[in-house]
Amino acid sequence: MAWLPPILPVLGLIAMAMSLSHLLPIATALALNDGTAYIFTASMTLNALIGFLLWLLTRRYRRELHLREGILFIVLVWAGGALFASLPLLFGIGLSFTDAVFEAMSALTATGATLLDGLDNLPASINVWRAELQWLGGMGVIVLVVAVLPMIGVGGRQISKAEIPGPMKDDQLTPRMTQTAKGLWIVYFALTGACFVAYWAAGMNWLDALIHSFTTLSLGGFSSHDASIGYFDSLTIEVVAIVFMTLAGINFATHFRIWQTRGLRVARFDSELPYYLLVLALSVLGVSAFLWAKGIYPDFATSLRYGAFNTVSVATNTGYATTDYAKWPVFAPLWLMFLGTFVACSGSAGGGIKMIRAMILSRQMYRELTQLAHPKAISPLKINDRVVPNQVVFAVLAFFFAWLSTLVGVTLLLTFTGLDVLTAFSAAVASLNNIGPGLHEVGPSTNFSVLSDFQTWICSVTMLLGRLELLTVLVILTPSFWRK
Amino acid sequence: MRIVILGAGQVGSSVAESLVSEANDITVVDVNTERLKALQDRFDLRTVVGNAAHPAILEQAGARDADMILAVTQSDETNMVACKLGASMFNVPTKIARIRSGDYLSHPEIFSPQNFAVDSAICPEQVLTDYIAKLLEFPEALQVLEFAGGKVSLVAVKAFHGGPLVGHAISHLRTHMPQVDARVAAVFRQESAILPEGSTVIEAGDEVFFIADTRIIRTVMRELRRMDKPVKRVMLGGGGNIGRRLAKQIEHRYEVKLIEYNKATAQRLAAELDKTLVLAGDVSDEQLLEEESIADVDVYCALTNDDENNIMSSLLAKRMGARKVIALINRSSYVNLVQSGQIDIAISPAQATIGTLLARVRRGDCVAVHSLRRGVAEALELVAHGDAKSSKVVGRRIEELDLPKGATVGAIVRREAPANADTASAYDYKVIMAHHDVVIEPEDHVIVFVVNKRMVPKVEKLFQVNVSFL
Repeated sequence: MAWLPPILPVLGLIAMAMSLSHLLPIATALALNDGTAYIFTASMTLNALIGFLLWLLTRRYRRELHLREGILFIVLVWAGGALFASLPLLFGIGLSFTDAVFEAMSALTATGATLLDGLDNLPASINVWRAELQWLGGMGVIVLVVAVLPMIGVGGRQISKAEIPGPMKDDQLTPRMTQTAKGLWIVYFALTGACFVAYWAAGMNWLDALIHSFTTLSLGGFSSHDASIGYFDSLTIEVVAIVFMTLAGINFATHFRIWQTRGLRVARFDSELPYYLLVLALSVLGVSAFLWAKGIYPDFATSLRYGAFNTVSVATNTGYATTDYAKWPVFAPLWLMFLGTFVACSGSAGGGIKMIRAMILSRQMYRELTQLAHPKAISPLKINDRVVPNQVVFAVLAFFFAWLSTLVGVTLLLTFTGLDVLTAFSAAVASLNNIGPGLHEVGPSTNFSVLSDFQTWICSVTMLLGRLELLTVLVILTPSFWRK
Repeated sequence: MRIVILGAGQVGSSVAESLVSEANDITVVDVNTERLKALQDRFDLRTVVGNAAHPAILEQAGARDADMILAVTQSDETNMVACKLGASMFNVPTKIARIRSGDYLSHPEIFSPQNFAVDSAICPEQVLTDYIAKLLEFPEALQVLEFAGGKVSLVAVKAFHGGPLVGHAISHLRTHMPQVDARVAAVFRQESAILPEGSTVIEAGDEVFFIADTRIIRTVMRELRRMDKPVKRVMLGGGGNIGRRLAKQIEHRYEVKLIEYNKATAQRLAAELDKTLVLAGDVSDEQLLEEESIADVDVYCALTNDDENNIMSSLLAKRMGARKVIALINRSSYVNLVQSGQIDIAISPAQATIGTLLARVRRGDCVAVHSLRRGVAEALELVAHGDAKSSKVVGRRIEELDLPKGATVGAIVRREAPANADTASAYDYKVIMAHHDVVIEPEDHVIVFVVNKRMVPKVEKLFQVNVSFL
């Protein structure tokens, strides 16, 4: 544990920075006078105080973090962040500790699963807080997946090392990451701003526009209404949401480069993008046609409206809904959940396997088939005309196995504790891939409050695992990680 | 002409060989003494040992009085530097360099007189690759050569029983297919040339050379033999310079398999190529060919650096059922040995590529030269300059030309005034088949077929503008 102290002052700094994020709900509370300002002020003070003490006591240990310290740091930021962020929920609306941590974890991991009923009646500041947490979580995730994980090489992510925007100096990690983070955040801010304006112009009030632009760009999916986007029943708002969800599902490194070069031409270097758009488009058409054929909606236009929105929402792991899609014939919602496991691009706040890994996995399968037919063939796995080293392929396979066994494990555990198969499986898929709502008892019209405390904890941990790409968390559980 | 050839490798040696026989004054420079000695033993030429990019060596090789530098060493960089030196130190009028790297070739500005002063950059590998690609496109042909930027083609094809024209006189072609304008330039029967007249009867087994508009060559070939199915599956033996280029060029048109012996090379090829199936193995491994269903392959090309290996593997492929086999063979004695035997087409890389070089060396304005029948015959594309007074060809009917016996005019490509002003830069070209009464106009491109290379100087002389008449 000798290398724990260098993390602590940084964690302290993060806690102090987190305390600043309370200013937005405080401002909302004061402006609308919803009576929660004192709770947020207290929470902010606590955050700042603990952070300051932590920093003060350990700052002399501060130095450049090593790889293993970095991994531990990432896990502690998300786990600790959820604990701190749950405070206003714990005291503001009287949630139990279990539920408050679940809600905060769902927010920070940009999952969007909720166990709150009557969102419309919550104090506005609480809704702003939930949305802001998602937005901050998304901000962290994007830097994590674009800059940090490729450096560590989690689950084959080293393949996108070359895609990391910013100055190309391999020897100095920190300045490079700072640069990269700045660039990504500028894009993230700009897109959020654009989304806010678009929602507002489409007819939301400024509060709803703020909340939903926060949760759209982070692909989180929290809403201030129980009926989610369906509350507005506005085609314009749905179109705006579809556009921004689709944009947010694209690699932010690509967004950054488009912004940097002021041209769309760089987009063709993004190997995931064509598949991402293709799978989305085909699925939207397929699901809509299915709904129409089954006679769920009277005409194709209506089928397309509901099919398109909910497909994009679940596939990009946002988790908004305009209707209770769990009531559709089961093929459609299962198809949506399946999309949610892999569609999002590697550098977005979306969860799951990611499109790039799905591409590597399917090409590895094809490669194996070629090898069977032609034993002497040399068939390298290529992405974007570049050969993917076997080491990366193995890492992706390991990731996939970890993902699959977690999925199976969590499903079994949830059924063991008494959930029915569809609820258990969809809750596992929704948590592990940070989608948000599941099906049946945890579907879009109901929520996770039906779960027992133990089940809630399982889902909280699963969200964290999924968010940090499994291996990052699992490595901490191995003895060799703690060996000096 | 005084010519300095830099590099005595395969290209350098074969160029030296053909240029010596055309009464030029040749000096060959190379670092390898043995190669130079071998050359000197065979031909009447001068040799200099040393680095071709050093001024002192160039000086010693006589660059100061040279009419031309031919830089064909293995290294692009040496060739480029030699051309630059030739321009700035020795004022050599014509500098030709072999440039293989596509990176250099994609930036033609670096060859300008201010930069590396390369008058023309040639890439023999690319020429050879194009040559083979053409044969895949026309699997019935023995040779397909293009003139006038691809407008006109000269095609060599073996006549078979079943072709409508076989067993008939050449003039039958005109009555049989009046709309098709093609001209038979030569017929080779049992290794000897027959000068084609209207009454010449084409027999099965004849090698017929005809000239036609590129768009109709398939129709003409159909007259001489039954057509094969178009090529779909191609197997390449050897992933060297040629194999790699060829695979890259054709992999989107055909199903391509490529066999390469060296594992590391195979890895690199697999990474570079998109759709080609790269196999690691020996080109003469019977089991591998069997596994990869050689019997279903339309064309097998043996492209390794080793003549014997190419011959063996293409013979094996043929016996195992490949429809057609092509082998690269460097030694001319081997080419004569195997051609028209089991191996359908034996290509001598030197002969296939030397034309691009020869065109630059020739007197008169020669646009293209193609070596035919292992260098015995030749087809030239010459430009008729001057007017009726200064030129011996302009303003004359083709039957009036004083061509040596064995030389025939195949076709004329005439530049026409642009149809409208917008496309003023892009001239329209018209292909005119050489009937006896066609009158040659100034700036016409005249395609001449010569059955024996010895007549080439006479033809060239004919096309030179006579200064005394100016």
